[in-house]
Amino acid sequence: MSAHAADAAIPHTVEPHPVTGLPNGKFGIWLFLASEVMLFGALFSSYVLIRTQAPHWPPEGGLSSEILNVPLATVNTAVLITSSITMVLAWASCKMGRIDRFRLWMGGTIALAFVFLVIKYFEYTDKFHHGHFPSTNNFYAIYFTLTGLHGLHVVGGIIVNTFLLTIGTRLWKVDRDHFTNRVENAGLYWHFVDLVWIFLFPSLYLL
Amino acid sequence: MAETAEHSSPEQFKKHLGQYYVVFVALLCLTAVTVAVSYLHLKRPLAIAIALVIATVKAGLVAGVFMHLISEKKVIYAVLILTAAFFLLVLLLPSLTIFEGVVV
Repeated sequence: MSAHAADAAIPHTVEPHPVTGLPNGKFGIWLFLASEVMLFGALFSSYVLIRTQAPHWPPEGGLSSEILNVPLATVNTAVLITSSITMVLAWASCKMGRIDRFRLWMGGTIALAFVFLVIKYFEYTDKFHHGHFPSTNNFYAIYFTLTGLHGLHVVGGIIVNTFLLTIGTRLWKVDRDHFTNRVENAGLYWHFVDLVWIFLFPSLYLL
Repeated sequence: MAETAEHSSPEQFKKHLGQYYVVFVALLCLTAVTVAVSYLHLKRPLAIAIALVIATVKAGLVAGVFMHLISEKKVIYAVLILTAAFFLLVLLLPSLTIFEGVVV
């Protein structure tokens, strides 16, 4: 088995594939992100349809910004944007051969992701305390579905980034370029999670 | 082809770090603007238009600079154009039910 390990290895992890001009991992992550656009896109489309058909939005009256916590969500937006630049800097550190800096920036990215989830936890529990659940009305159903799915993506990012920061770093000693590409791919995913929030924040909280 | 962050030596690479910080500050400023505008309580169509324009600019900055889309391979553009087309389809398809509702 081990004699054939080299044959079994996934090709084009570093060298670009001749057809796409990209390493396979990067092309793969973009295809995955395309499917993510459709996942969030379908839900967003449902939101637009339900909202435009409602006589009043939010159904209970008032404004979205009076029902949801805008200051907390604004802080969370800044937290995610900051985590995006720390992610870029983690990748840039790999590019410059500084694994020590990578650890610092990647650790920061993961910490900020946790800060986002903690703030989200306070938002959710506040809604629950006031008896607002996904079953309350369409407004809360959409709010919890979209932010919940986004929150799951943040959890996914934490898992991948924690892997890269811990046991995944072993690859750095064997193949620096391969490891750097993995960090870049994780980054592409992480920026996408930030990008989704950039649209969710105004459309759920502010409008 | 112009020198990009993707394919430069460590020394040249440091020059590209500056633009990441510029985008970071721009994103924070645009977030402040979109929240500030929401407190003006403009009429809904105008408020939606402004918020979506700002969100699209922010998304463009993230995708273009952080995700290096400005200097990406053609195959990724092809994938994204296809995705955008299907996304628009999914977004606009439900509106057919609205028109049907109007007729009935």
